[in-house]
Amino acid sequence: MALVEIRNVDKTFTRGAERIEVFSGLTLDVEKGSFTALMGPSGSGKSTLLNLIAGLDQPTGGTVRVNGATVSSMTASQLAGWRAENIGFVFQQFNLLPVLTAYQNVELPLLLTRLSKKEREERVRIALGVVGLDDRLDHYPRQLSGGQEQRVAIARAIVADPTLVLLDEPTGQLDAVSSQDVLTLLGRLNGEFGKTILIVTHDPAAAARARRQLHLEKGTFVEQGEPIT
Amino acid sequence: MRFWSLLRANLGRHKRRTFLTIMSVALALFLFASLRTVITTIGAAAQFGSARRLVTTNATGFILPLPIGYANRLEAIPGVEKVTWANWFGGQYGDGKRFFATFAIDGKSYLDVYPEMSVPADQKAAFLADKGGALIGARLVDLFGWQVGQNITLRGTIFPGDWTFTVRGVYTPTDPVINDDAMMFHWSYLDERTERTGMAGWYILQIDHPERAAEVATSIDDQFRSSPYPTKSGTEQAFNASFATMWGNIGLLMNTIGLAVVFAILLVTANAMMMSTRERTREFAILKTVGYTDRLLFGLVLAEAGLITVTGAVLGLGSAKVLYRATNFNAAGFLPGFDVTWATIAVGGVITLLLMLGSGLVPAAQAARLPVVTALRTVE
Repeated sequence: MALVEIRNVDKTFTRGAERIEVFSGLTLDVEKGSFTALMGPSGSGKSTLLNLIAGLDQPTGGTVRVNGATVSSMTASQLAGWRAENIGFVFQQFNLLPVLTAYQNVELPLLLTRLSKKEREERVRIALGVVGLDDRLDHYPRQLSGGQEQRVAIARAIVADPTLVLLDEPTGQLDAVSSQDVLTLLGRLNGEFGKTILIVTHDPAAAARARRQLHLEKGTFVEQGEPIT
Repeated sequence: MRFWSLLRANLGRHKRRTFLTIMSVALALFLFASLRTVITTIGAAAQFGSARRLVTTNATGFILPLPIGYANRLEAIPGVEKVTWANWFGGQYGDGKRFFATFAIDGKSYLDVYPEMSVPADQKAAFLADKGGALIGARLVDLFGWQVGQNITLRGTIFPGDWTFTVRGVYTPTDPVINDDAMMFHWSYLDERTERTGMAGWYILQIDHPERAAEVATSIDDQFRSSPYPTKSGTEQAFNASFATMWGNIGLLMNTIGLAVVFAILLVTANAMMMSTRERTREFAILKTVGYTDRLLFGLVLAEAGLITVTGAVLGLGSAKVLYRATNFNAAGFLPGFDVTWATIAVGGVITLLLMLGSGLVPAAQAARLPVVTALRTVE
């Protein structure tokens, strides 16, 4: 059974009287432990698909199942709890809380758990160690480079040991060197730590790091690559 | 406490704004406590009075005097144990900017009827032995640095001329509503200098049983009803309460001003909270993405409002409680016993709770209801 099962999903938005169909009858499986890149032009629905998988948005029709849970039929409260346990989300714009240090930003998801302060500290240090920023615990986002900020965001995404890590254009705001660092890190997370990764990107170089590439265009997959061996 | 670091960081985001908001709440509650204490102090003064004391004044008005000859006749009325009297003097000291009450009293009987005025035995004896002696409240010692044995001169406003007295004793009230910045001197001295007019301002009577107060009062007023100086008698409490009513509906005025100030601060605090949450729309969306529930965000925003208002309340109500007590404030003698009561603190606590809810509920609900995707898209 696939980790992510998307079945006949429709998604439409309404803007005033206008009805915009993002996609219709979309079906996709993402296997556990895979590293998948989702590509496509702007407006093709990549980020929307990511939001549906994360339960940040609801499909107009069809079902979204992740790790056996039907995300598309959960309440907002159930979704929040489910996300805390199953999803790590990384945004293009890092989205760290500026008033919190790197340590505190990474600790945020753990505040929702029953872990003790000591256990939380252990986990935060490990997560920041994985992304190579264990020497920047007390730095605020403004004191970090873009690449470092994104690595802190990745540490925040993985600190609660989620089933699935979703990344929306994670290298979109980074220079070439920082992008390579982040992509290498994602490769490690997938290869060494077995994390299932689904990345939305415009960048062919970033997509090339994935073992599977999907192209979404006008709401349908026009090309579905085979796993790269 | 798990989320304390998050709360603290958010409050520290705009330190100046948070500080000013807290100080606004503190000032509003300080003013509220002060204004309410004016009401409670007047109320307490109106409640003051021994159940065993009656006050007899001229029936036409208490500013009109009664003949001193009434003293013996009052003492003879069944139920009356002791009789004393006093006159309002109305002197000014120095530039007269600092007002204090001055009475001419019948020394011995007055101190007998008012055991709440504690005077050291030797000073009491010295005062009673000196016709030109004066008894002063302990606060006047602090205010003017007067000492026992010192001569002081007042300028008479009702009884013209310079009046010099020798301070013979300092009294300390054992009941806080008794004014501790009044001055008293012998009625006989006043009577002498005013060519023995033989008039007393009012009489104070100690009766044998409190339950006989109405009966004795009626008996007194009946006796003098047909005289040139008819009387009006009542309990000391009723007499003091009649002074309180002279303030008019000051309670309503004070309450209205106090609540208007609090309401204004509610708007200020609510505005600050709204601004604070509006600026963080994206951050709320991020927290929701991480797994924070709507209910948790609602609680966190409300907790922020609570921290601001409670800190302000502790500062405002606490400083009012401590400051007035520490400085022994009494509004230049007009409000003796001015002290913020615990009941006022409790009312302030309820207002704090309402401030917290009033300023925090709407932003908290907005943060909770925020759709993540829309929020992220709106600010991007």
